[in-house]
Amino acid sequence: MSTTSALPDTGTSPLPTVDPRRVGDRVFGGLAAGSGIMILVILAMVAAFLLVQGGPALFADPAKLASQGYGEFASWVAPYAFGTVWAAVLALAMAVPVAIGIALFITHYAPRRMAAPLGYLIDLLAAVPSVVFGLWGADLLSRSVRGLYGWLNDNLGFIPLFSGQVSGTGRTILTAAVVLAVMVLPIITSLSREVFLQTPRLHEEAALALGATRWEMIKMAVLPFARPGLVAAIMLGLGRALGETMAVTMVLSGGKNITFQVLTSDNPNTIAATIAQNFPEAFGLKTNQLIAAGLVLFAITLAVNTVARWIVSRRAEYSGAN
Amino acid sequence: MTTISQSMAPGQLTAGRLPKVVVPALLVGAALLGVAVSLLVGGGNMALAAVLAYLTFLVAVEIAARIVEGARQAADRRATNLIVGAFVLALLPLGSVTWEAVSKGAARFDVTFFTYSMRNVVGAGGGAVHAIVGTLLVTGMATLISVPIGLLTAVYLSEYGAKNRLAKAITFFVDVMTGVPSIVAGLFAYALMTLIIGPNNGFGFAGSIALSVLMIPVVVRSSEELLRLVPNELREASYALGVPKWLTITRVVIPTAISGIVSGVILAVARVIGETAPLLVAAGFTASLNNNLFANPMMTLPVFVYDAYAHPGVDVQVYLDRAWAGALTLIAIVMLLNLIGRLVARRFAPKTGN
Amino acid sequence: MKIKLITAAALVTASALAFAGCAANEGGAATKTLTGKGASSQKAAQEKWVAAFQTANSGVTVNYAPDGSGAGRSAFIAGAAAFAGSDRPLKDEEMGAGKFAGCTADSNALNLPVYVSPIAVIYKLDGVDSLSLDPATVAGIFTGKITKWNDPAIAKLNPKAKLPDLAITAVHRADDSGTTNNFTDTLNQLAPTVWDQPASDTWPAAFAGEAANGTSGVVGAVSGGTGTIGYADASAAKNVGIAELVVNGKAYKPEAAAAAAILDASKVIPGRAANDLAYKLDRTSEGVYPAVLVSYAIVCQTYKDSATASLVKSYVGYIASAEGQQAAATAAGSAPLSADLQAKVKAAVDSIK
Repeated sequence: MSTTSALPDTGTSPLPTVDPRRVGDRVFGGLAAGSGIMILVILAMVAAFLLVQGGPALFADPAKLASQGYGEFASWVAPYAFGTVWAAVLALAMAVPVAIGIALFITHYAPRRMAAPLGYLIDLLAAVPSVVFGLWGADLLSRSVRGLYGWLNDNLGFIPLFSGQVSGTGRTILTAAVVLAVMVLPIITSLSREVFLQTPRLHEEAALALGATRWEMIKMAVLPFARPGLVAAIMLGLGRALGETMAVTMVLSGGKNITFQVLTSDNPNTIAATIAQNFPEAFGLKTNQLIAAGLVLFAITLAVNTVARWIVSRRAEYSGAN
Repeated sequence: MTTISQSMAPGQLTAGRLPKVVVPALLVGAALLGVAVSLLVGGGNMALAAVLAYLTFLVAVEIAARIVEGARQAADRRATNLIVGAFVLALLPLGSVTWEAVSKGAARFDVTFFTYSMRNVVGAGGGAVHAIVGTLLVTGMATLISVPIGLLTAVYLSEYGAKNRLAKAITFFVDVMTGVPSIVAGLFAYALMTLIIGPNNGFGFAGSIALSVLMIPVVVRSSEELLRLVPNELREASYALGVPKWLTITRVVIPTAISGIVSGVILAVARVIGETAPLLVAAGFTASLNNNLFANPMMTLPVFVYDAYAHPGVDVQVYLDRAWAGALTLIAIVMLLNLIGRLVARRFAPKTGN
Repeated sequence: MKIKLITAAALVTASALAFAGCAANEGGAATKTLTGKGASSQKAAQEKWVAAFQTANSGVTVNYAPDGSGAGRSAFIAGAAAFAGSDRPLKDEEMGAGKFAGCTADSNALNLPVYVSPIAVIYKLDGVDSLSLDPATVAGIFTGKITKWNDPAIAKLNPKAKLPDLAITAVHRADDSGTTNNFTDTLNQLAPTVWDQPASDTWPAAFAGEAANGTSGVVGAVSGGTGTIGYADASAAKNVGIAELVVNGKAYKPEAAAAAAILDASKVIPGRAANDLAYKLDRTSEGVYPAVLVSYAIVCQTYKDSATASLVKSYVGYIASAEGQQAAATAAGSAPLSADLQAKVKAAVDSIK
C-alpha cells in the first residue's frame, strides 16, 4: 500500500521555489503536521497525568498501600490486567469473524439496493449507549444464557474452559465478552465495509474473468487488498473492548480470581471496570492506586499495539495488495 | 491462479450446477429437522432448533454441492452460507436490544419528557430536556474539536508523512490512544480544568475535552484508512493539471473518501455520545437546564440514564421508565445524526459514472 | 428529493434547537448555586430535599452530584463542593483547621448525620416467604462456610420453612461502598468469630462469591437469580424477600424506628469539636436493628464565602429539620432522625458562619 511514495513530499521538506500558489500548500501542510503533533501533545499530557496521579501508588511503601490503599500494587492489579486482556480476547474471537462476515455480506452478497440500508442497520448497534448494553446484558442476556451454560458445563465440562461451579446468575466473563463482542461488532463492521467497498473493481472483475467463484474472488482480490484496513478495524475494536467500562461494570461478576474458566461466578474483573466501580468511594492513596491501574491499562494497550504492528509489518511483505 | 486451471477438467466449460430449488428445499428440511429434534429432546427450545437447523443445513449443502458441483463450488457455497449466517446472527442482539429499548422506553417517550427538566421533580413525571440539551452541546463541541484535528492528522499521515518518523509515531500513538479508558479521559479533563481554572464541579466544556480524547483516535484511524484507499491516479491527474497539493487534497482526495469519512465520524460520535463515567466526572450533575458550556454543571443523557437506573427513589418503576426513555432518545439522536451525515456525505461526494 | 430530505433534516435540527432553549417547568433564571457532592446513598433523599428547597427559594439552584463519598470528600477538601455527602465521617487524621480549601484557615469541618437507612438482607428462594437469620449465620453464608439452603444452621432458625437442597449464591457489592462497610462492620461486631475481617469499604478478597455493581446491581442479581442472597439499602429491596435478623433471641425487621434508635444508643467520637456529630456506631446495643447505614453532611465551621455559608445553613438546616427528615422518609424510605438528634444537628447548623 505504498501508493503515496511516488508523490513529492512537499509537507515536510522545504520547497525549492517560492511560488505564491504554493503558500497554500505550506499552510495546509503545516496545519496537518500541527494537528498530528497536537495529538502527541494531548497523549503526552494524558500520560503525564497518569504518571503524576498514579505515581504515589506505584512508588509507595507496600505497608502503606496495605493500610491506606488496596494492598500491594502488582498482586492487586495482576488479576484485573488478566481479566482485561482475557475478556477482550474472548470478545474479539467472537466478533471478528462475524464482523468480517457481515461486511462481506453487505458489500458482496446482499443485493445492491439493500446494501446501504443493511449497513445502516448494523450501524444502529453503534448507536446504542453502553449503559443500555449493560442493562440488556445484566438483565436479559445473563438470564437467557444460564441454561446454555449449565449444558456446556454438564457436557463439555472436561474442557478446562467450561469447568468449575457454573454461575447461578449467568453474569460470567463469557456473558461480558458476548456483550463486548456485540459492542465492537459495528465498529469493526463499519470500517471493514468501507475498506471492502474500495477494492478496485478491476481486480475483482479480473478474478471473476479467470473463472474464480465469488468466494475465490474475495480470497484473491478483496481480502489481501483490505488487510491493512482490517487490521486497523480490529485494533479499533480491540481498543474499545479493552477500555469499555460501563457495560462490563454492570454485567460482570468480577473478582480477583485469575482463571480461564468462563462459566463461574468468580471471574477476574477488568481494569476499566475496577476503576469505575471503586473510584466514587476512593480517597487519598486509593485514588492514586486506581489511576496507576489506568496506567497499566495504557501500557497493555501499548504492548498489544506494538505486537499487532510487528505482525502487520512482517506480513506486509507477502501482501497481495497492488 | 494455478488452482483454478488445475481443477477445471479439460474441454469442459461448465461444471454441473445444483438445481435452484435444492438449496431452499434443504433449508426448509433442516429447519423442520431442527424444530423436531428440539421438541423431542430439548423441550421446544427455539435457540437449540435454530442452531441445529443451521448446522444441518451447512452440512447438507456441503454434501450436495460436493457431489454435484465439485469442491470449489462447495467451498463457495459454504462461504456464502457462513457469511449470511454471520449477518443473521448479528441481527439477533440488534433486534433484542432495539426491542428492549423501544418496548421499555415507550412508556415515558411523551411530550412531558421532551419539555420538562428534572428541576423540582420527585418521583413520577419530569423529563430530560436538560440532559438532551447537555448531550447535544457537549457532544457537538467535542465533534468540533475532534473532527478538524482528527481529519487533518489523517491527511498528514496519508498524504504528507509517507515514511517519516513523526508519522510513524503518530500512527502508533493514535492506536494507543484508542485504549485510554473512558474514565481516565474524564479524570484527565477534570484535572486539566482544575489546573487551568481551579477547583470546580465540572462544566460542559470539560466534558467535551474528555470526549475529544476518546473521539480523536477513532476519527484519525477511520479517515486515514479511507484516504489511503483513494486511487493514486486521481491525485496524479490533479497534479498534471497544475492543481496545488492542498487543493488536490481538499477538492479531490477528501471528497472521494467523504462517505467513508462521514461514517467514521458518525461512528466516533456514536462511540462517545453514550459515555457515562467521564461525563459524570468532568461535566458534573444537575437536575436543572444549563445552556452554558463554560460554567456550572451540565447534565447529559447517559448520566441521566445511569443515575435513574442506579439511584432510584422509592417508586423504582418511574425511574426505570425514565431511564429507558432516555436510552431510546439517545439511540434516536444517533440515528438522526447518522441519517443527516449520510445525506451530507451524498451531497459532497463526487458524481461517479456507476 | 435530495433537497427535500436535507430541508427535512434542517427542520428537525432547527426544532431540536428551538426546544433546547427552555424547559417547561423552569421559571426565571436562578442566581445562586449551591453545590454538594458525595454519597449516592443519599441521592433519592437529596432529590426530594433539593426540590423542596428550590421550590421554597426560587432564586437558588442546588446541585447534588451522587459521585460517591470519596469523590465528595475530595471535592470538599479541594473547595469545589460547598458540602460533602459521605457514608462515613472524616477520620481524626483527616480533620484539622486549615485542611479544607473552602473553609477559613482557622476553621475545622463538621460531620453532621442527616441520613439513616437500614440495610436489609435480601434473598430470592422459591417457596420461602419469610426467613430469619442470626448474624453468625449471615456471616457463615457470606464467608462461604454455609453453602446450601438446607444447612442445619439455617434450618434451626426457620423450623417451618421448606428449605431446598440448593446452592446459595451470595451476592456482594463489586464496588467499594459505605453499605459494604456498615454491613461488614455489623457482622464483625455481632459475629466476630465467624467474620474475622475488619469493617471495610471493599469486600474482603478472602470471601469470594458473586459480585454486582451498586445497590441496583445487587438487587437485580438477587431478584434475577434463584437461591440468591445479598444485602442492600432497605428502600431499594423490591421483588425480593427480606430476612429478619435475630439478635439475642429477638427478631428485627429493617424498619425505620429500630434503625434510627442506633444513633441514640451510640456515642459521638471523642475529642472532636463541640458541634461535631461523628458517631461510632454501637450495633450490639439492645433493641436496635444492627445493620444501619448513617450518612453525613460534611460542612465547614466557617466558610470563606459568607454567601455560601448562608446557603449551606439554610439548606442543611432544612434537611435536618423534622420536615426535611419526613420528606426523605417518604421519598427515599430512610429512617428519620430522632427529635433529640434533630435538635443537636440544628444547634450545629446554627453555629456555621
